[in-house]
Amino acid sequence: MSARRIDGYGVIDRSQPLNFAFDGKSYQGVAGDTLASALVANGVRIMGRSFKYHRPRGLWGAWVDEPNAIMNVNGEGVQLPNCLATTTYLQDGMEARAVNAWPSAARDLKGGLDLFHRWLGAGFYYKTFMWPDWHLFEPAIRKMAGLGTVSPDVLDGYEADQVFDHCDVLVVGGGAAGLVAARTAAEAGQNVCLVDDQQTLGGSLYQLPDIDGRSPVEWVATQREAIVNAGARILTKTTAFGVYDHGLIGLIQSGSFGDAPRLIRMRAGRVIMATGALDRPMTFPENDRPGVMSLSGAAELLARYGVLVGHRLAVLATHSLAEASIKLLRDAGVEIERIDPADGAFTAFGGRASTGLKQSGRARTYDAVLTSGGKTPLVHLWRHAGGKLDWCDTRQAFVPGKAPDMMTAVGAANGTFDLEGAFNEARAAGAGHATMRADTQYTVKPHWPEPGSKGRQWIDFQHDVTLKDIEVAARENYVSVEHLKRFTTLGMASDQGKTSNMAGLAAMATIQGRPIPEVGTTTFRPPFVPVPLEIYRGAHREQNWHPIKRLPLETTHRALDAALGEYGGWLRPAWYGTGTSSDLIAQEVQAARESAGLFDGSPLGKIEVMGPDAEAFLNFIYYNTIRTMKPGQLRYGFMLTESGTVFDDGVLARLGPDHFIVSCSSSHVDGVRMHLEAWRQDGNDPDRIFIHDATQHWATVAVTGPEARDVLMTLGLDIDLSAEAFKHMSLQSTTWRGAALRIARVSFSGDLSFEVSIRASKATELWDSLHHAGAPLGLRPIGLEAMSIMRAEKGYLIIGKDTDGETMPHDLGFSAPRDKKTAAFVGDRSLHCEKANDAARKQLVGLMSDDRFLPTGAHLVKDDTSQGYVTSSYQSPTLGRPIALALVTSGQSRIGETIAVQHLGKTQKATICAPCFLDPKGERLNA
Amino acid sequence: MQLFPCPFCGERNETEFHFAGELGKLRPDTAGDVSDAEWGRYLYTQRNEKGHVREVWMHMPCGELFVLERDSVTMAVIGSRALRGETA
Repeated sequence: MSARRIDGYGVIDRSQPLNFAFDGKSYQGVAGDTLASALVANGVRIMGRSFKYHRPRGLWGAWVDEPNAIMNVNGEGVQLPNCLATTTYLQDGMEARAVNAWPSAARDLKGGLDLFHRWLGAGFYYKTFMWPDWHLFEPAIRKMAGLGTVSPDVLDGYEADQVFDHCDVLVVGGGAAGLVAARTAAEAGQNVCLVDDQQTLGGSLYQLPDIDGRSPVEWVATQREAIVNAGARILTKTTAFGVYDHGLIGLIQSGSFGDAPRLIRMRAGRVIMATGALDRPMTFPENDRPGVMSLSGAAELLARYGVLVGHRLAVLATHSLAEASIKLLRDAGVEIERIDPADGAFTAFGGRASTGLKQSGRARTYDAVLTSGGKTPLVHLWRHAGGKLDWCDTRQAFVPGKAPDMMTAVGAANGTFDLEGAFNEARAAGAGHATMRADTQYTVKPHWPEPGSKGRQWIDFQHDVTLKDIEVAARENYVSVEHLKRFTTLGMASDQGKTSNMAGLAAMATIQGRPIPEVGTTTFRPPFVPVPLEIYRGAHREQNWHPIKRLPLETTHRALDAALGEYGGWLRPAWYGTGTSSDLIAQEVQAARESAGLFDGSPLGKIEVMGPDAEAFLNFIYYNTIRTMKPGQLRYGFMLTESGTVFDDGVLARLGPDHFIVSCSSSHVDGVRMHLEAWRQDGNDPDRIFIHDATQHWATVAVTGPEARDVLMTLGLDIDLSAEAFKHMSLQSTTWRGAALRIARVSFSGDLSFEVSIRASKATELWDSLHHAGAPLGLRPIGLEAMSIMRAEKGYLIIGKDTDGETMPHDLGFSAPRDKKTAAFVGDRSLHCEKANDAARKQLVGLMSDDRFLPTGAHLVKDDTSQGYVTSSYQSPTLGRPIALALVTSGQSRIGETIAVQHLGKTQKATICAPCFLDPKGERLNA
Repeated sequence: MQLFPCPFCGERNETEFHFAGELGKLRPDTAGDVSDAEWGRYLYTQRNEKGHVREVWMHMPCGELFVLERDSVTMAVIGSRALRGETA
């Protein structure tokens, strides 16, 4: 084994051994290791299989730029896919498995796929599987593709925190430049937050022998102390993954493996980007062989983890910074042979035990071949924020150009690779001054891909895109980088092209004979690294996401053994008692029809509208005429949208000349309130109309049924409840046991009903009184299911259930205001457009079926065409047969027609009838 | 996530706001005759400008409508004021 851990290097804790497994084999690492560094230390060379050809792959880099070592990791009882071995810190007991490989990365059964590479190039799938139908092939192809497996188990306790935070200065990156910038800004009294994605600050500083005469560990500790002493915060294991509008930066903070990371939404006054730079791969035949890796990756493995990737190494590098890395490795006792790319074409071979390099007919093997084609500044955040990039000929790289608002780039991210230059920029940026990119000592000899050259040369390691694929794309005229990307999938893997995009667009530039900056880059989009969706969910779930509304009578309902369910955001009794629900519901309907039912209608809207303009305002808001209402009257009506469709229905009560109560649908109160507010403030004088939603302040108990009056009389109110004195659709106010009481004689069941409203705190007292008094008369509490059946028997509709987004009031049989109302009202003009006058509109009807229940949602079919659908359907306990409501084309003129009802392949017959099945003359209602 | 300034509550996250419409759109007087074309324009035709836009938004927690001026390209907020007293 050539790779090994050596003493005297690294910021790891050798005293803490950690056991782990990879592809079923046990290994040992130490605290501070990543999965990748521990595997290299154990001599593991093959850490994954490529996406498409299943070629064996080794490590390329030491941090976020790694394209190959992707693993499914089990740890702390949690299994996570798509873990980058280089950024997953080792924990005791971890079990990792290479993705896309079985049984192991080293011996993958699908490795033979690579033999067919000649036929599997870019565009192969698009062209080959078109006939007869892509969907025939898709399942098998999808099964072969992909990186990792998502565990079907729910991750217990995997819940992300979401934090909102702000600071004056956010410094991204805790390397040389970031530390100095953060210190300068903090010492100048700014509220500074420094984030770094690694566990230990310092970036690539550990590769240096010393900084200002101090060891890197000592220097970093000094800076850290100064930053903290100046009052700044430091967040490690925290990645700035995206920059969004108005200075919002998305930060993801990782804890220990198995704990969900935390999302921090940071608002920063300004951002200093000190994100560093990456090594660029060189493009040459077989450059994806295990053991061909980045020079700075090898240097970092030594500097941070004390791991040497081998004893005999070759270095292929074309820039001046390579010297320092080579010196670091040589000082650690490594034998290094420098290969000059200019000496002739070269190709890699082997890889399993050692990696070979052939140049000008001379072949040699090494433990690893370290390459670097130059440095690429990490400018993702800069581009997220809308900053421009300039092409720099000296650096052969895109560097930050015109700055986005509030952002400054410093250090290697700015193309300033020399330490002294980086410090100067960082100090200036930290102090809030403009920075000037200084001239650089850095030199690089470009070694871009050579289109047309022989051999399989990898551009995108993670998505298996080769130089040939780029050439194919160019031949097919996918020459724009955005098209190139989508045709070849270049840069579309989970690493988002960190190592591949530059080579890809340089190749395209060469093919077209254009300069690189003219070809341009693809769009940089967040996130910079993959983030779990969990961070966006966080606490936004269940009760925290959609808190349920509670009835003041909930305890009473529970004591009565109510089955509680959610209806329109409220937790309400569906039925009472234990047993077969359909039987219990039928018994409730029967009791309410024969004697009396007690119903909790508290969620019914109670929006008060007051003021001198209230009448005119409501006359404009409602489809119906409101002006003619007298105090004490109730009126059933619709609110429309400006498109003329029904927005809400309900009963409006007039309490006085300037005082109304809008009793809108229970589930629609918030929407109606906003609707009223919008019209109140826009188009009206808001000082003459006042809107107050008192829905939750009042509880409403409805007594319904032939005995309703007798039950209500037991309260001993000073009101004449007789049919003559208290007519249907009127309202009276009084007091009961010292509390204001409003009684509306209005019905949703079709029977004589009183809705009694009282302040919420007195609800139980009222309910209990009515319940006790009514029980001897046969009264029983009824739930929402019984009420739904009763209203359907009567043909009363529920907006949103028996109407859809096109329903207008005349489709429901309410056409008088449309024909007669002269004053303007919301939606009026739309009721007279061509569509509104269409004879083939869907209209509300009833359906009768002698035999079977008609499923809700079933289509009414004639001539193989849907004529409408069933909106509500019940077995009617009162009538002893199924009933249904439906929306049907020209329904009102089709009463008596028999129509086919089709549902899930089954057809039955039903007869169209008027929507009212019970008491069409209203004798029960007006009793 | 953008920050919008409610004239009554100050800067808040955009998730607290609801777009109400472009500023300056007048409802035709439907007590008189309104042509299909005029009504259609009122319902469906938006200026949808590029750059400086003037819009009406509601800040949901306080329920107040206000005028927001912003740049639809750069997302920069130019300013906000109460809708009250606004003449179109």
